[in-house]
Order: sequence, then C-alpha cells, then structure tokens
Amino acid sequence: MRVRAQLAMVMNLDKCIGCSTCSVTCKQTWTNRDGVEYVWFNNVETKPGIGYPRSWEDQPHWRGGWRLDRQGRLRLRSGGRWRRLARIFANPDLPTLDDYYEPATYDFDNLLSAPASDQMPVARPLSAVTGRPLRLEWGPNWDDDLGGSALYAAHDPNWAGLSQSVQRSFETTFMFHLPRICEHCLNPACVAACPSGAIYKRQRDGLVLVDQDKCRGWRMCVTACPYKKIYLNRTTAKAEKCTFCFPRVEAGLPTVCATTCVGRLRYIGLVLYDLDRVEPALAVPDDQLVAAQRGLFLDPADPAVAAQALADGLPPDWLQAAQASPIHALAIRHGVALPLHPEYRTLPMVWYIPPLSPVLDATAALGGDNASADDICQAVAGLRIPLAYLANLFTAGDVDLVAGALMRLAAVRSHMRSVTVGRPDPADTAAAGRSAAELEALYRLLAVAKPKDRYVIPAAHREEAAELAQWTSGCPLDRLPLGIAP
Amino acid sequence: MSTILFGVWPYLAGAVCLVGHVWRWRFDQFGWTSRTSQLMEKRWLAIGSPLFHLGALMVIGGHALGLLVPASATRAVGLSDHAYHLVAVGGGVAAGAVFAAGAVILTIRRFLSRARFRLSNRPADLVMYALLGITAGFGLGGTLVLNAFGQGYDYRPTIAVWFRGLFVLDPRPELMAAAPWPYQVHVLAALALIAWWPFTRLVHVWSVPLGYLIRPPIVYRRPPS
Ligand code: HEM
Ligand code: SF4
Ligand code: SF4
Repeated sequence: MRVRAQLAMVMNLDKCIGCSTCSVTCKQTWTNRDGVEYVWFNNVETKPGIGYPRSWEDQPHWRGGWRLDRQGRLRLRSGGRWRRLARIFANPDLPTLDDYYEPATYDFDNLLSAPASDQMPVARPLSAVTGRPLRLEWGPNWDDDLGGSALYAAHDPNWAGLSQSVQRSFETTFMFHLPRICEHCLNPACVAACPSGAIYKRQRDGLVLVDQDKCRGWRMCVTACPYKKIYLNRTTAKAEKCTFCFPRVEAGLPTVCATTCVGRLRYIGLVLYDLDRVEPALAVPDDQLVAAQRGLFLDPADPAVAAQALADGLPPDWLQAAQASPIHALAIRHGVALPLHPEYRTLPMVWYIPPLSPVLDATAALGGDNASADDICQAVAGLRIPLAYLANLFTAGDVDLVAGALMRLAAVRSHMRSVTVGRPDPADTAAAGRSAAELEALYRLLAVAKPKDRYVIPAAHREEAAELAQWTSGCPLDRLPLGIAP
Repeated sequence: MSTILFGVWPYLAGAVCLVGHVWRWRFDQFGWTSRTSQLMEKRWLAIGSPLFHLGALMVIGGHALGLLVPASATRAVGLSDHAYHLVAVGGGVAAGAVFAAGAVILTIRRFLSRARFRLSNRPADLVMYALLGITAGFGLGGTLVLNAFGQGYDYRPTIAVWFRGLFVLDPRPELMAAAPWPYQVHVLAALALIAWWPFTRLVHVWSVPLGYLIRPPIVYRRPPS
C-alpha cells in the first residue's frame, strides 16, 4: 500500500440552477486574456445536450481517454506513442475553433459615435478573433435549457443504446445542468499524451498542471483529454487548463467556482488512495468500473491507513483534513456521488451527486407523493428514461448504481419529513439500508453544511512555499526533477 | 565584396544563430513552441503540413549528402558521376517538389484564413516565411533551370568545397563568387534564414520530442527532498 492524497470535488447537481456564475467568475479570474477568449475552464451545459465543445462525449469521433485493447491492456484511444509522433505535423483529431465557438465582443463604440439618426444605434457583435462583424450562431451552452433541442440535444452521445421513442420524449421528461471543470484525473490522459512531458501531476495534492515553459505546442493533450478540458491558447500556442485555483487552495481557500456558486453545491476535500491499486482498477471491464474506482479510496479513519499515510510523508494536518473530508463522506461513506464517464478510464476526481429532481417531477406527474420514499422508489424503478441516461453519464451504463444513489437521496427526503412532522417511519431508513443517524448526517452535509464543512482544504506548508512557487511557475533556472510514479 | 558576402557573412550568420539560440533558450522558454495554428484551420493543414515537413527533412538530408560528401567519396564507392548526377538531381527535385507543394498549400491556407490569422501572425515569423520562400525558390529554380533543363552545373567542385571549407576555417569565397547568380542568392538568403532562425517559431525544430518514446506515461512532480 502506497498512500497518496488527492484534492477532489463533488457537485450536487440537484442544486444547480444553471446560472453560470461559476463560469463567469472563473473566466474573470483565469481566462480573460487574449488568446483564450473561447476558453471556459469551468462551463455549465444543459443535459440532455451536446455540450462544449460540440459533442465532446463522442469518443469514437474525438478519440479522447483510454480504452482496453484486445489483450486487455490500457491504451490511449488516440493511439500509441509512435502513432502520436507520426501525426505530430497535423493532429487529425483536434477540435477547431468552430467546434468550440467563435468568441465575440460587441461594437460598443458605435453606441457613442453613431451620428444622430431616427434609429437607435446598435452594438453589433464582432468576432474577438478576426475583429469583423459576426453572426452569432453557436456558443457554449447555446442549447441552454433545451433550447433548439430537436437540433442539438437529440445528438447527445449519451442516448447511445436508448430507443428512438425514448429520445424523442425527453423534452417532456427531464433536464438538468452539468457544471464541468478539469477532473484532475488520477490517470490523466493529457499527461500521458504530452510529447514534451510538460503536463504533470503534483504528488502532494494531485493537481494536474501545465508547465508553460516546457509546453512546445504539440497539441496532443487536447485530443487525449476525453473531457476536452485542456485548451490551446490561440496567441501563445500553448496548452492551458483549469488549475483548481492552486494559489487559493494552497492557502486553504476553496476554488473561485466553488466560492461563488450561488447554489452552494460544490464540496472540496482530500481523498486518500492506494497508488498500488490504480493499475488494477483501470483494467476491469466497464460494468465493474465504478466499484473499482470506489475501491481505490482508503478510509482515512482506519488506523492502518493513517499510519501508512504518515509513513508515506503525508503531514498530520493533511491526514486530519482527509478524515474530515466531505468528498470521502459523499462518494464513499454515503455513496451518493458518482464519477463522470468512468468508462473513459482517466479516474476523474470531480464527482457528481445525480439529480433527483427529474425523478421527483416524474413522481408527481405519476400522481405519487414526491416526499414519500416508497412513491419515489417506485418512480425510480419505473423511470427507465432518466435512469438509463444518467447511467450513461455516471456509471458506464449501470442503472442499478444510479438508482441506488437516487433512492438514498429520496430516503433522506422522506426521513427528514417524517422527523419534522414528528412521525419517524422505520420503513424509510430500512428502504435505504441506512440508519437514521446516517441519513441525518447526509442531510446536514447536503442541506445545511457551512463552508468549513463543505471545504476541508489543508493549506500548503509554509516551509514548502518557496518550492511550490517554483513548481508552478516552472522557473527555468531551477527546474525540479521529473519523477516516475514515486 | 565577395569576401564579405561569402567569407564573413557565413560566420556572422552562424554566430548570430548560435548566440541567438542560447539567448532565446535562456530567456524565452515561454515563447519556445511550434506556434501551432491548427485550432484556426485544420483541413488544409492536414495535407500541407506533413508534405511541407517531409519535404523539409528530405531537403535538409539532401543538402547534407550533397555538400558534405566530397566527389572523391562517391567515386570511391563506385558511383559514376553520371549516376550521381541522376540521383542528386532526381532526389533533389523530388524533395523540392514535395516541400514546395506543402509550402504552397500552407501559403494558400494562410491566405484563405487570413482573417483568423491576422491577429496571431508575428512579424518575426513573417520575415522568416519570406526568407524561406526566397531560399527555396532560388534553390529549386536554380536546380531546375541549370541542371534539369539547362546544360548542367556541377556544384561539387565549387559550392560544396566552399561549404566544407567554412567548417575547417578555410573560407574560399572566390569559389562561391564564381557560382551562377541564382545559387548565390540561394546561399545568401539561406544564411539570413540561419541567422534569423532563433528569433522565430523555427526553434521548434530543436525540440523534437524523441524522449517521449521512453518516458513513463504519467509525469509526477514532487518537491526535492
Ligand atoms: C522533425 C522535426 C519537426 C517537427 C516535429 C515539427 C513540428 C511542427 C508542428 C507541430 C508545427 C505546427 C503545425 C500546426 O499545428 O500549425 C510546425 C509548423 C511549422 N514548421 Fe515544423 N517541425 C519539424 C521540423 C521543421 C523544419 C526542419 C522546418 C523548416 C525548415 C519546419 C518549419 C515549420 C514551419 C515554417 C511551420 C509553420 C507552418 C505554418 O503554420 O504555415 N519544421 N512544425
Ligand atoms: S480532465 Fe483534466 S486531468 Fe483529466 S485528462 Fe482532461 S485535462 Fe487531463
Ligand atoms: S454557480 Fe453554482 S448554481 Fe450557478 S451554474 Fe455554477 S454550479 Fe450551477
């Protein structure tokens, strides 16, 4: 057992109202520069929908992530090292600006400088790339709230395996928002595909960063990342990505997207995992992926794990933080958070609590009581459409796992109602397979947790501050050794 | 005059190239990149860039063979001068054609998508494209006119000897001064390109990522202990 720590995030999709505050504050902080106008380290997309960039989940087309070859070995879908170098002069699988969108600004000057006239002057959209007038025809989350869904959402790759009639009825069925950042994967495809070795995973907290001084613009990472969360800067021609706001988390502060989220739906904390189990977890067939990925995580309360973590160099305050981690609680202890597209096999570290609200709506529509665990469970069991869709997103197609998470969320709802009205019903807790105390703890974490409980981020150690600064600026005069899996 | 052009300028260009690279490497790691523009346009690049690069590597290889290997060496291995001439002109024209085809496609691409490139073109690179164009144009043009269709010009006792002389510090500018003028322009422009090289995107050539083939897949960084 080799214990490693990883900063991870959980988002509770039930609470996301799709306001995009997170995207905007992130952009103001990180990508309000020339060359990255089209880049959203954090973006929010409507599901069902085709997302940003267009149909990013269509891996047969984009060739992102990993897959098992016929011998069961893990391979980048974009090909081996030789193939990658052979295609270095023109990468066949790279999205272009049109797959994202052409960023625009507005000709505000015209509002002031237009000559007097009977008509109000207008500010025409201008392309931020060419400076010319532009017809706005596409953008990130263009299909917001299922707008134009017959055109867009019908092409959502997550419909795979669902029947046509199911696809056509989705408009009346359900909708939710999916905020996305870089997953800071345990097995990052972007890192493995970078010919220069410029992208690296920090051993202390697992963040995946690009050394701007070492990136040579070979642009293979963009193809390899199945989440399309690493971008080319148009003017520097180097790769850039979500940094998990490292200057903030090093100081113990949550990321900008989490801090400004109006739904307060993001949780940040440490998970401990066993480096020795990573490879085996990646080699299992699709239907065991979530179980294998959950099985990677170690229980920081276990004395043997704690002792090994300290022996492997984890500072004691980091161990404490891991023990108080909301991520471990949501993903493992309560089992309500699930990884996004585990079948890409990058071991993503931003997990999601699937949305219960489509199910609640459906329960009510079926004439059931949407605060009764029984009715909801019945609806969950009967609701093939959202479940299969959610399973394609979060469990590589395993409907039971999604249903299990949703039923636990439903149990919290009905248990809390019966507690509030003074008539606790043991059936609620029995149905969810959780004790009353557990359901109440989950309720507190989901509904009333204060920032100190939602964000348990150990600050970097002052004695390491100078090293961290070099780490991230990649000071060329004082390079750090590149290590193999330590 | 010819002493300056063909005796001094080569060393000056080489020195600027060397010092320029050291300076750029030391102070501008951030600017050291292929400056990929595939994000802007992908279809033309998919054809043009591989052709251009294949051609460029063939052309560089051909120059190394033609200029560095003396006539006595090819004769010693039993290659007749006539056979050598056929191989050299044939190979050279083929390499030049691939290179030129790629370059033309890339140029058309830059023209067709010029609106998108407008703000990301760097002046240093534009100068480089011009130098590259002049060098390639006069090199390929000279070879076609003089060698393939004309009565032939043997560069091996002249230009090649001048070129090798530069490396053993025995410059013989008069040899180059006697060469046909298209080759003189070719050489002068090539020297300018070499001098200008470190200040352009061409530095990417030195970063061919061969180390990638033997590196462990996931790169970790840790603080030094
Ligand atoms: C074998 C080593 C080389 C590699 C791996 C390499 C790789 C690349 C890459 C990845 C690009 C960017 C293409 C894009 O996405 O826009 C590029 C562009 C370019 N390379 Fe190379 N290159 C090599 C050698 C050379 C050589 C020897 C030359 C010239 C003599 C050269 C001249 C250029 C030029 C002029 C461009 C710009 C093309 C354009 O955008 O129109 N390269 N190279
Ligand atoms: S999600 Fe982030 S860490 Fe994972 S492959 Fe993509 S860019 Fe790399
Ligand atoms: S700020 Fe929060 S609620 Fe708003 S879109 Fe982002 S994640 Fe959703």
